[in-house]
Amino acid sequence: MCGIVGLYTKNPDIEQRLGDYLSSMLIEMTERGPDSAGIAVYRNPAPKGATKLTLHNADPNYSWPQLAHDMQEELGDKVSVEVRGSHAVLIAHEQYPAIRAWLHHHHPEVSVVSVGDKIEIYKEMGLPADVVQRFHLRDLRGTHALGHTRMATESAVTTEHSHPFSTGLDLCLVHNGSLSNHNRLRERLKKHDIEIRTDNDTEVAAGYLTWRLREGATLDEALEAAIKDLDGFYTFAVGTKDGFAVLRDPIACKHAVLAETDDWVAMATEYRSIATLPGADKAVIWEPVPAQIYSWSRA
Amino acid sequence: MIEVDLDQTEIRDLNERLHRLPPDTNERAWHIVNPKGRHAIGVGLDGPITVTIDGHVGFYCAGMNKQAEVVVNGHAGPGVAENMMSGFVRVRGNASQSAGASARGGLLVIEGDTSSRCGISMKGADIVVGGSVGHMSAFMAQRGNLVVCGDAGRSLGDSIYEARLFVRGSVESLGADCVEKELRPEHLDILTKLLDRAGIRANPREFKRYGSARKLYNFNVDHAAAY
Amino acid sequence: MTVDPRLLRTSHSFPPQVIQEIHRAADQGVYEIRGFGAKRKLPTFDDLVLLGASISRYPLEGYRERCDTNVVLGTRFAKKPIELKIPITIAGMSFGALGAHAKEAIGRAATAMGTSSTTGDGGMTQEERLSSKTLVYQVLPSRYGLNPDDLRRADAIEVVVGQGAKPGGGGMLLGQKITERVAGMRDLPVGIDQRSACRHPDWTGPDDLTIKIQELREITDWEKPIYVKVGATRVTYDVALAVKAGADVIVVDGMQGGTAATQDVFIEHAGIPTLPAVRLAVESLKELDMHRKVQLIVSGGIRSGADVAKALALGADAVAIGVATLIALGCNRPVYVEDYHKIGTEPGYCHHCHTGRCPVGVTTQDPELEQRLPPEQGARMLKNYLTTMTLELQTLARACGKSHVLNLEPEDLAALTVEAAAMAQVPLAGTNWIPGKNGY
Repeated sequence: MCGIVGLYTKNPDIEQRLGDYLSSMLIEMTERGPDSAGIAVYRNPAPKGATKLTLHNADPNYSWPQLAHDMQEELGDKVSVEVRGSHAVLIAHEQYPAIRAWLHHHHPEVSVVSVGDKIEIYKEMGLPADVVQRFHLRDLRGTHALGHTRMATESAVTTEHSHPFSTGLDLCLVHNGSLSNHNRLRERLKKHDIEIRTDNDTEVAAGYLTWRLREGATLDEALEAAIKDLDGFYTFAVGTKDGFAVLRDPIACKHAVLAETDDWVAMATEYRSIATLPGADKAVIWEPVPAQIYSWSRA
Repeated sequence: MIEVDLDQTEIRDLNERLHRLPPDTNERAWHIVNPKGRHAIGVGLDGPITVTIDGHVGFYCAGMNKQAEVVVNGHAGPGVAENMMSGFVRVRGNASQSAGASARGGLLVIEGDTSSRCGISMKGADIVVGGSVGHMSAFMAQRGNLVVCGDAGRSLGDSIYEARLFVRGSVESLGADCVEKELRPEHLDILTKLLDRAGIRANPREFKRYGSARKLYNFNVDHAAAY
Repeated sequence: MTVDPRLLRTSHSFPPQVIQEIHRAADQGVYEIRGFGAKRKLPTFDDLVLLGASISRYPLEGYRERCDTNVVLGTRFAKKPIELKIPITIAGMSFGALGAHAKEAIGRAATAMGTSSTTGDGGMTQEERLSSKTLVYQVLPSRYGLNPDDLRRADAIEVVVGQGAKPGGGGMLLGQKITERVAGMRDLPVGIDQRSACRHPDWTGPDDLTIKIQELREITDWEKPIYVKVGATRVTYDVALAVKAGADVIVVDGMQGGTAATQDVFIEHAGIPTLPAVRLAVESLKELDMHRKVQLIVSGGIRSGADVAKALALGADAVAIGVATLIALGCNRPVYVEDYHKIGTEPGYCHHCHTGRCPVGVTTQDPELEQRLPPEQGARMLKNYLTTMTLELQTLARACGKSHVLNLEPEDLAALTVEAAAMAQVPLAGTNWIPGKNGY
């Protein structure tokens, strides 16, 4: 159903070209995912006490500056806005719950795509090459990024249904595979006040992780719990503020490859994507073992 | 030696060219560069030719190979030499899942490790792995020999039919109806010859043999738990 | 003392057949395995009718005025699409499930009618390739007998994800039918009960299927149409995914589809009927603007030219027949009655393909029983049946004013029941009502 890619930089040179490299990796996965594409980039940490949000509105004429202005009026502090395609990154000096309440009440026409300190998510319907172009993804610099190309299996092809799904602050999830018990789980999560907007199975997995983390689990503990509670086939890549984690289900039919050089760590559904990176031919390459959590972070 | 650069040539053109070679061709040695994880390289070959690939290949490299010799100087993606009929395929690096899936003849050698399902549904081929194999290897393996110089992951030989499994290292767990069997002189002979043909040094006596307990051959309600 | 028959009440939930089945399970400790398709009552094409000509619509004269039946399959990517004279093909059935005589009879009849036959879960036999001019070669999870030479000898390749009788299940053949020849083709020991995989060994999911289809095209130099076959479950998604994975043709097999052997619970309780499956498949193709560009073959309980007409009217490009083929060859014919008794059944009720003791020599490997189906005779009977179906199809199409059977459309149909109206999205006769449409 999909292609997943991930890149974690180990030096400033690679950071400068993060968006460029990830875009090439993403485009290699077009055949696996012609319906929609998206990336989560970790860059430009927000100042202390501020929150960074990525927002979406499909109207190309939507006035983001007006929204930023309104928010600024409300909060009293400066709100910065950077528009990219149909998305906009806003930084506001306020905690998320207050911002969320305000947006919900005053601007229900925008949807929140990601929230945190460093994360930005851009996703939309269309071929990966088009999505890269529309969001100027090649320009982005940052420390690490995840990407996803989608071939919709059971839910609709819309922007909301695209990956990465944001599960919590600076957290996101991309998924290759097909879950089989997500419908009942969705009901359960909604009862725990986890917001789930679509019928997409990946969003349920993302919501599940959010729930576990909210209840006090570490990311590793949340993923261990996921192995038990989620049924189906999956390769997950989870983005965190400091790095990313990869997990395959115990049956492990969906392929995944990891690669590492002195300059980067990369993950992809197919080696083809990794082959586009500098130094790939010298990289150490291995496959993640089923039901084992692999993670990298700048602790 | 005919060189083909896959950054300049389409996979389709390469495969068609190789398919069109007459049985008595003198274009026998092929050198492929820049595979970069592309899929279906050298599939459906049928002739006494040698194809050497420098770099990592994607899915199904040398799929359904007949007669030809294919060497991958790198790693191979899922399904390398799937349904191979005859000939020789060698992977110098590691292979991904389903290496040699349903392979019916010939010899597949992986010098490194393979991930899950090595030799799944194999139907008569010989597979020799210099390293370890992942879980569910030799699942429903019907005929042929699988030799593993390293370790085997869980559920080795689940639902196995008549294939022979030789493992030198540890076996995480055996699958349904797969049991350890006596390593007799005729098996040592088979093993020695296979390691020899594979060009892999290992002492046959350090291996254990595994195969079917044959309890699932005809349904018996007392064995229902095995399903 | 005689029992007053008026006191004998049958339980609806536990009727005699269910009671018998529970007793059997208590005795044997295993599920019941049988052949044939779903026997339970369900909505079928019988619940649709065709709206023949009237004052507003004019019919065509039989014989003199053309009603063409040809169809081309595999126009999307293949270098050599398949041209069929009639839109009725023979579905995949294995050598192993069927005997060699049956496979040869099928090949000959298909050739005579200008249509295709299909191999099954046991590989291609020489008899079949020689007797069938247009042969579709199946690639199944088991991969029994699969080889590149047969791939290249085939006229089309059908990647089987599932079948209507057991969507999600693998092939099954019991020991009594695993003769030396069958065992040799399948690389199995003689006489064992064959266990089969339900997933393909080297790919899972439509994204990997895309790569697998590419491999099959590469091996055959892009000549052959590639079909993808699914049992009817989540038809909308499956059809869309098969299109995205690169299929030339999609085969959707409804729950009435037959099998030579599988668990009864599978046959009766998994999958959806062919009636809604056709409509869902066509809708999915239309949504991707692929209707008629990726062809649709529909199977599962197709019995007559009327069924074919209705399937085509709903948007299919062709149908495949399995169980009906076997019945034409003699299945359930009231002959050799004592042999039906020997396997515990009567003509008209037999679904005992799994025993290998087919009284009419169709689904058996026993040479003595096979004598009862000489290939030429079988070919003649099947050809007659296909001819009859085609004539019936043309009769109905002409009555609807069509000079080509593929010009039949949903508006030529009306439904006789609410279920059929909802499933086929065709108005209930005498009303404009389609359940679910326009807020109803």
